[in-house]
Amino acid sequence: MAALEEEFTLSVGALGAGPNGVLGVEPSDKTDQFLVTDSSRTVILYKVSDQKPLGSWSVKQGQVITCPAVCNFQTGEYIVVHDNKVLRIWNNEDVNLDKVFKATLSAEVYRIHSIQGTEPVVQFKEGAVRGLEALLAEPQQKIETVISDGEVIKNALSIFFITFFHGSYFAYVQMFNSRNLSKYTLLLGPEEKCITLNFTAYVDRKFISLMSISSDGCIYESLIPIYPSDTEKNQRVVKSQLLKAVVSDNSRSGIALTVLDRDHIAVLGPLMPASKDCLSIWNIKFQTLQTSKELPQGTSGQLWYYGENLFMLYGKVLTVIPYKCEVSSLAGALGKLKHSQDAGTHTIPHFVNWETSQGYGLGSQNSEQSRRILRRKKLEVSLQPEVPVSEQLLSTIKKDSEKHIEVELRKFLAAKWTPDFHTQIGDIVTGLLGRCKAEPSFYPRNCLIQLIQTHTLSYSLCSGLMEIALEKTDVQMLQLCLHQFPDIPESVTCACLKIFLSIGDDSLQEININMESVFDYSDTKQDEKMEEQPEILQNGFSPENGNCGNFNQKVNEKPQNAAEETTSCPVTPKRAALLNAILHSAYSEVFLLPHLKDIPAQHITLFLQYLYFLYLKCSENATMTLPGIHPPTLSQIMDWICLLLDANFTVVVMIPEAKRLLINLYKFVKSQISVYSELNKIEVSFRELQKLNQEKNNRGLYSIEVLELF
Amino acid sequence: MGEFKVHRVRFFNYVPPGIRCVAYNNQSNRLAVSRTDGTVEIYNLSANYFQEKFFPGHESRATEALCWAEGQRLFSAGLNGEILEYDLQALNVKYALDAFGGPIWSMTASPSGSQLLVGCEDGSVKLFQITPDNIQFERNFDRQKSRILSLSWHPSATHIAAGSIDYISVFDVKSGSAVRKMIVDRQYMGVSKRKCIVWGVAFLSDGTVISVDSAGKVQFWDSATGTLVKSHLISNADVQSIAVADQEDSFVVGTAEGTIFHFQLVSVTSNSSEKQWVRTKPFQHHTHDVRAVAHSPTALISGGTDTHLVIRPLMEKVEVKNYDAALRKITFPHRCLISCSKKKQLLLFQFAHHLELWRLGSTAATGKNGDTLPLSKNADHLLHLKTKGPENIICSCISPCGSWIAYSTVSRVFLYRLNYEHDNINLKRVSKMPAFLRSALQIMFSEDSKKLFVASNQGSLHIFQLLEGSFKHLHTFQPQSGTVEAMCLLAVSPDGNWLAASGTSAGVHVYNVKHLKLHCTVPAYNFPVTALAIAPITNNLVIAHSDQQVFEYSIPEKQYTEWSRNIQKQGFHHLWLQRDTPITHISFHPKRPMHILLHDAYMFCIIDKSLPLPNDKTLLYNPLPPTNESDVFRRRTAHAFKISKIYKPLLFMDLLDERTLVAVERPLDDIIAQLPPPIKKKKFGT
Repeated sequence: MAALEEEFTLSVGALGAGPNGVLGVEPSDKTDQFLVTDSSRTVILYKVSDQKPLGSWSVKQGQVITCPAVCNFQTGEYIVVHDNKVLRIWNNEDVNLDKVFKATLSAEVYRIHSIQGTEPVVQFKEGAVRGLEALLAEPQQKIETVISDGEVIKNALSIFFITFFHGSYFAYVQMFNSRNLSKYTLLLGPEEKCITLNFTAYVDRKFISLMSISSDGCIYESLIPIYPSDTEKNQRVVKSQLLKAVVSDNSRSGIALTVLDRDHIAVLGPLMPASKDCLSIWNIKFQTLQTSKELPQGTSGQLWYYGENLFMLYGKVLTVIPYKCEVSSLAGALGKLKHSQDAGTHTIPHFVNWETSQGYGLGSQNSEQSRRILRRKKLEVSLQPEVPVSEQLLSTIKKDSEKHIEVELRKFLAAKWTPDFHTQIGDIVTGLLGRCKAEPSFYPRNCLIQLIQTHTLSYSLCSGLMEIALEKTDVQMLQLCLHQFPDIPESVTCACLKIFLSIGDDSLQEININMESVFDYSDTKQDEKMEEQPEILQNGFSPENGNCGNFNQKVNEKPQNAAEETTSCPVTPKRAALLNAILHSAYSEVFLLPHLKDIPAQHITLFLQYLYFLYLKCSENATMTLPGIHPPTLSQIMDWICLLLDANFTVVVMIPEAKRLLINLYKFVKSQISVYSELNKIEVSFRELQKLNQEKNNRGLYSIEVLELF
Repeated sequence: MGEFKVHRVRFFNYVPPGIRCVAYNNQSNRLAVSRTDGTVEIYNLSANYFQEKFFPGHESRATEALCWAEGQRLFSAGLNGEILEYDLQALNVKYALDAFGGPIWSMTASPSGSQLLVGCEDGSVKLFQITPDNIQFERNFDRQKSRILSLSWHPSATHIAAGSIDYISVFDVKSGSAVRKMIVDRQYMGVSKRKCIVWGVAFLSDGTVISVDSAGKVQFWDSATGTLVKSHLISNADVQSIAVADQEDSFVVGTAEGTIFHFQLVSVTSNSSEKQWVRTKPFQHHTHDVRAVAHSPTALISGGTDTHLVIRPLMEKVEVKNYDAALRKITFPHRCLISCSKKKQLLLFQFAHHLELWRLGSTAATGKNGDTLPLSKNADHLLHLKTKGPENIICSCISPCGSWIAYSTVSRVFLYRLNYEHDNINLKRVSKMPAFLRSALQIMFSEDSKKLFVASNQGSLHIFQLLEGSFKHLHTFQPQSGTVEAMCLLAVSPDGNWLAASGTSAGVHVYNVKHLKLHCTVPAYNFPVTALAIAPITNNLVIAHSDQQVFEYSIPEKQYTEWSRNIQKQGFHHLWLQRDTPITHISFHPKRPMHILLHDAYMFCIIDKSLPLPNDKTLLYNPLPPTNESDVFRRRTAHAFKISKIYKPLLFMDLLDERTLVAVERPLDDIIAQLPPPIKKKKFGT
């Protein structure tokens, strides 16, 4: 299964200064090392696994590198061309490009092709090709013109290049040995008005498979024979559609594609009209989207693939995305299909594809997917034969103002509950969220809150909702979601926690938060006197009396402080309400722990203090519960304390403010252990008592009783 | 219904021997269980888990291994070094063969059932060929240096795995040589134990060997390479037993802590073909060591030192929620160990190697329901009669007049005459039992104590005339030609004219004692008979079957009675049918022929045939006395089944006279108190 791993950047700043970003990325003779050629003056040798440059070479001010540097695999030297005609050859030891070997050629160089095992080949802008050795032997030799005047080379692969001339594309295949040149006209197929945006090609035994992505968003494949059967000039090559709608059809530039292997291609470009650039991996065998990654900062429309790394200019920096692909199978391809929909196509709702019938989203699907979706739709339809979606409301959502939507929504919710209420709510939320994404200013908060309160939504039904709320730091909405959604992923829970801990008290003041899980802390403050007594003997825990050696002495020095500390809640009631929502949410320890590590230390301390405070409150009464309508339970509190300490122990241990807290917790655990060991000792006595008790109940071995049967 | 004085007896100091081995036979759906005293019991799982056969134990025969081979032949082997085959028809030991390898620790039949493999104390593994009426030693495998405690055949019968001390060997069956030796880690929680005993091995068809050992580990080995593949530490104590399902998709292990663990082969992820063994369910039905486990297609079966046989159905394998889906715990034998002399109010208790005779106490007081009456005389232990020789007692009986006691072991029948002189008892053995009377499966006295009926294991029934101090053989009913099935239940009519006898599978035969001929045969029923009795006056034969059905058959009319037809037509109450212990004793009220008294381990019931039968809507068991309801209502709700669940576990219940009952209980706590202490587990903390 294809998978994109976490990206990392190679350079900060330096690159991308030129007008076209990066000229090229080429492999060097050592694995893991790549030559990156800036479009202005610089060539940098990177070691990818270390993410650091090994060497950097620049041409003089005023000179411009015109062709990406390559490595001569036979000699280990690097070759670059600047100012179109000047060839430079150097190696790792050289420091200054000015002082290295230089050859001035008679014609302008288009590109140097270097392939493992062969000598580099220099391709000139007029189409001619020369071996490097032959060229260096006689730099000023005459270079013939191969392509006609006005034709421009658009793309080239060592023995093969494509030219553009008067609206047509021509492919040339050059047999280097024979100097034979075959010319093919690429036919555009029926969609004449589509412009081909980018090419890529790979050699497959006897054929060159030329893949082109055209402006209608589809990928086409043309097969060009390597060994031309006849020498007749100007043969025609027909292209066939390979993938449908892999990128948005109105994107004009910034689209790149590269072949990853026989079955996979990577496409860089926006998936949807509105969406940002996206790197997507497609399986061409099964025509499925394998995986995709959104690149919101934009790309330069360049994509290279070497080894297991995809290189691209993302934002202003050169980014490497490691890519792994196992042998694809139909099952694998289908298994991932669901995921691909999630990641790639936002217009498709996550639960049922009702929209397809309402006319959006389907057009941009590839045939395989749409067939599948249709099948799925059929299934759903057969389950619920009549689906009268309140289309009016949906169309309102698309265009009208927030107020208007709210009015309409209220009408809709007030209407009679229908069997397909769930799906309609889902539609509406999807619609609203879609618009939220499209229009950053649009945030129909009241509508969303109303919808959440219908108790029909879950996280998986509207995953975007919480993200938007997180973006807007809408804590009220988040609290509501935490209450209502049963299936919030741990990462989101943690993100909520982060916001709840970091949001300023003053901004909390204005927000209306559901306070039912928080009891009134103020009344406990009044009973200061009671609090000062050595508290909590519940569960054998008494912070004052436990004999905990050195720690305890320190604490004993200021027992007054300790008592005070426990009496006041470390957070405001509003924040407490938010944190309680977190405590109530479901989680799985394994998935939560890594996210907890990202929370800043002072917030961890604050949260721990709050939890400890809750624990102390808990242990004030015999039932070990907190007052209030829906308070966190003792086990929730303890679990979270353990989780936080597990995740951040090394950090918390270093913070002076947390010291007292840790000591208290330590003492608590220690006393707990001693209680249990005492219980173990008592168990034996208990058993004896039980035995005695049994003997009392035992009516002896023989008795005569009276029995009446009814 | 009436008021009874109940002699509530709890001094029957019976402790069932612990379970040593269990062997499940898929073909007949029967389970063989061997106990520490050498007793072997056969349970019919299809017949409501009824213990239909048993082979009495023997002091010198500690059974260590039990297996089915060649279809339904049952073999056992033990520490006396002998291999035994049991005759399941005649209910005796067919033969015993010394394997000459010292004590035998393990035995297993080949997948085809034609060969038998035993693992001996001297480290030898011996292969026996099973012939139609014997077994023959074939050869030895390579001798190992310590005892072979467990054996398992590869399903293709090409290799075997043998667990020993500290290592597991894999033998090639053809050459008999050890091809792999896998050393088991002695480490136990970081501490090196002295020895690691491999208590059980299982060889799977893919070449995996699963071992369980004394360090608490369940380990998976690759027999091809001899490497450890996976190890589960499941217990702090020994893991003592393992059994694999036939499909090899699940297995069960039993630990010394009384826990059994279910392991299942499950997909790593849903719809992935890669599977792995996962410990799925722990069950804690035992307090002591689980010495033996078995895996039937639908249930996990376990037994051990705490003497319970536990049958835990796998809910995913049970299709309908019927009574088979319930957990079964079988503790007491499904036969009567107690007989009583009504006239003299004596109880005779049968133990493995002795008999105890007790006289019940008396009281002059009266009381109301639930009262415990003050005793004017306590119960007396009159007699402790030890058997001679190592054999266990099969059956025993005291005559209704209390002056005769008879019991039988495998090789001899004993008859004693008792004389009561005030408080002294004079016991005199009646010598010169006839030579043909070698062993008896059931002994019965006639109501007037003049006749003795003996069911021998050859299928014949002998009648003796009892005289003062001697006896006379009157007649022998020979079994139906061709059948050798042993009769194990007898019933005599109070007037002494009729004798009913039932075997394990065929119908009930009724003999006319006066004319000494077979009177009739009650049609055979699918389920085995658990109890038989003939009613006074009417001479109706009441038969209880293991599926909880009760039939009443009129002997004089040679047909089922009207009442029996009625109840069959209407069907028993569903709660009656759902009881899980068989009826082990039936008796009658001497003055009220309409009443039948019967009991199982958890209830006793008086059936009043004059009252309407309960249907499924009526409350079957109503322990509360009617208080203020009107008499009309009471009459309307009254039904034929009067049930009491006060006495449990109830081993015996009988009517001494019209107003007196005797109930013998054996509280489980008293049994547990006599068992060795279980492994102590911490209750608090970790």
